Amino acid sequence: MHPFSLSSTEDPANAIAAHARDSQLAFIAGGTDLLGLMKDRATFPDRLLDINRLPGMAHIESRPDGALRIGALARMSDVAADLQVRQRFPVIAEGLLFAASGQLRNMASMGGNIMQRTRCAYFRDDDDAPCNKRRPGSGCSALHGINRNHAIFGWSEACVATHPSDVAVALAALDAFVIVRGMGGERSIPFTDFHRLPGSTPERDNVLERGDLIVAIEVPARPEGRASHYLKVRDRQSYEFALVSAAAAVATNGRQISSVRLAMGGVAHKPWRLSAAEAALRGVSLDDSDGLKSAIAKSFGDARPLAHNAFKVELAQRVALRALQTAGARA
Amino acid sequence: MSTTDKDDELTRRQFLLLAGRSAAGAIALGARPGYGDDQPDAAAGEAAQAADRGAARSPVSFVVNGQARTVSVEPRTTLLDALREELGLTGPKKGCDRGECGACTVHVDGRRIVSCMALAAMQEGKRITTIEGLERNGQLHPLQSAFIEYDGFQCGFCTSGQIMSGVAVIEEARAGWPSAATLDVTRRFGVSDLTKAEIRERMSGNLCRCACYPNIVDAVAQAAKSS
Repeated sequence: MHPFSLSSTEDPANAIAAHARDSQLAFIAGGTDLLGLMKDRATFPDRLLDINRLPGMAHIESRPDGALRIGALARMSDVAADLQVRQRFPVIAEGLLFAASGQLRNMASMGGNIMQRTRCAYFRDDDDAPCNKRRPGSGCSALHGINRNHAIFGWSEACVATHPSDVAVALAALDAFVIVRGMGGERSIPFTDFHRLPGSTPERDNVLERGDLIVAIEVPARPEGRASHYLKVRDRQSYEFALVSAAAAVATNGRQISSVRLAMGGVAHKPWRLSAAEAALRGVSLDDSDGLKSAIAKSFGDARPLAHNAFKVELAQRVALRALQTAGARA
Repeated sequence: MSTTDKDDELTRRQFLLLAGRSAAGAIALGARPGYGDDQPDAAAGEAAQAADRGAARSPVSFVVNGQARTVSVEPRTTLLDALREELGLTGPKKGCDRGECGACTVHVDGRRIVSCMALAAMQEGKRITTIEGLERNGQLHPLQSAFIEYDGFQCGFCTSGQIMSGVAVIEEARAGWPSAATLDVTRRFGVSDLTKAEIRERMSGNLCRCACYPNIVDAVAQAAKSS
C-alpha cells in the first residue's frame, strides 16, 4: 500500500469537521473494502481516520414505534446473529449471511457495507484499464468488454457496473433510511435515494458529501417484514458476489397479496426496486404462479442487457418469483 | 539431529528470507519498473515525499497469545505483517493479501478475522490469538488433533487459517449464529445443528488448493461433536 497517516477520534464532530476540510482524508471502520481498494491502487487517501471509537454507534435496537435502528459501526455478523433482526426482518439477516465470508462479516461495518464500491474487474484492475470510476473521463472498458456480470438496468455509456452489497438490496426493499450527520446537522436519506445511477459521473456512488458521517440505518416497522426472504444466485455457491439476487417481503390477506416489496441486486449500479411489479402484484394469489410471473414481468420491459448478460433478464425474473414465493411461505 | 547441527543449519525461515531477498533483487534489475513494488512508477516522486509521513512508526500494544506485546509499526502495516515480521509468528500465512483466501485467519477479541485486511495500528488493546497460541499446556486443541486424525491437509499452507477459522465456527454455532446454509434463520441455532452443509458454508472463507475440503469438514464436525 502507499504510505498514509492514521489517526483516530472519539468525537463525531471532530470526525465530521476533519472529513469536511480535508479531501484526502477517508474514514476507516472495518477496512475490508477500503484496504482492498488501496491494495489494488484504486484509491490513495493520504490520511485515514479510524472511527471505530466513536461512541454509541455499534448498537442494534428496537424503537418503541417498532423501528429497528442499526448503528453504522455494528458489524455484519452481529446484525445477522441478532434474534430480533432474524425474526422481524429475516431478509436483512439473510442478506448479510449470503455476503462475504465469516471472517469478513466479523470485521465489516454496516456503514462500510453500503459504502462499498463496485467489484467490476476493470475498476479493480491495477494495470489501469480505462474506467470512469477509477479515472473519470478515461472511458468504460466493460461497455464493449467482458460484461457478463454487469448491469441490465439504469446503466450509462460511462459505466455499466453493479453495486455489490447484498444487505443493501434488502434495505432498499424495506424502504430503510440512512441516518447521516454532516456539517449541517443530522438528516435522514431514503435508502433508495442513497445510491446513485452512474449517469455522466459514475465516480460518485452515492449522494454523500464531504463531511458526511453515516451514524445509523433505520428500518421502520413494516407489515411485510416477517414474511421476507433474500435469494442470491451466483457462479459459486458460497463467498461470491451475486449474478442476480432478490429481496422480497410480502403481507397477505389469506393467500392474496395485500402489499409487497421487491428489490434486486446484480442488475444495476444501485439496488433496483421493482415498483411496477409491486403494483401489479397487489391482489394476486401467492398460489397463482402465472399471475405472479406476469406481474413481475412488468418491471422488465425497460431492461437493456449488454453483449454478455442477456441471460440476466430471464434469470432475474425467476429469482424474483422464487424469492417472493419463499417469502410468501413465511406469511 | 543434534542441537549443534540444528544451530549451525539455516532454519527454513532464514533460508526463505535470504532466497526472497535474492529474488527481489533479480526483479528490481528486470525490465518492468514498479513490479513487485507497491507504487506505480509515475507516482514514485510523490511516493518518496509521502514516505516521510507514511514511514513514521508508532508503538501499538496488544496481547498476543496471552502475552502483552508492543511493536512499532507504520500506519500501513497490516496485522498479518506485524505478527509475522515483527513478532516472528509465522503461523498466519500470507496467501492472497486481499482477504479472499483465509490463510491469515487469526482471532481478535475471540473473533476470527483475516489479518491481512486489518491495520496493526488499529489493534491497540486487543487480544489476539494465532495458531501458535491454540495449544494449552502442551496439549493440542481438539481441532488440531482432529486435523491430524482426519488428514485435513496436504501441503499445509492453508492449515493454520483453516484451524483458526474452524475453532471460531464451533464457537459461533455455540453462540447461536445462523449461516447462509441455515434453512430457517428465524429459529435459534445450536451446535447440534452444525451439519456438514453448515460447516462447508461457514468455512467458505478458507481456500485449500490441495482440496482437502472433505477431510477438513470431517475434522471440524468431529471437534464440534466432542466439544
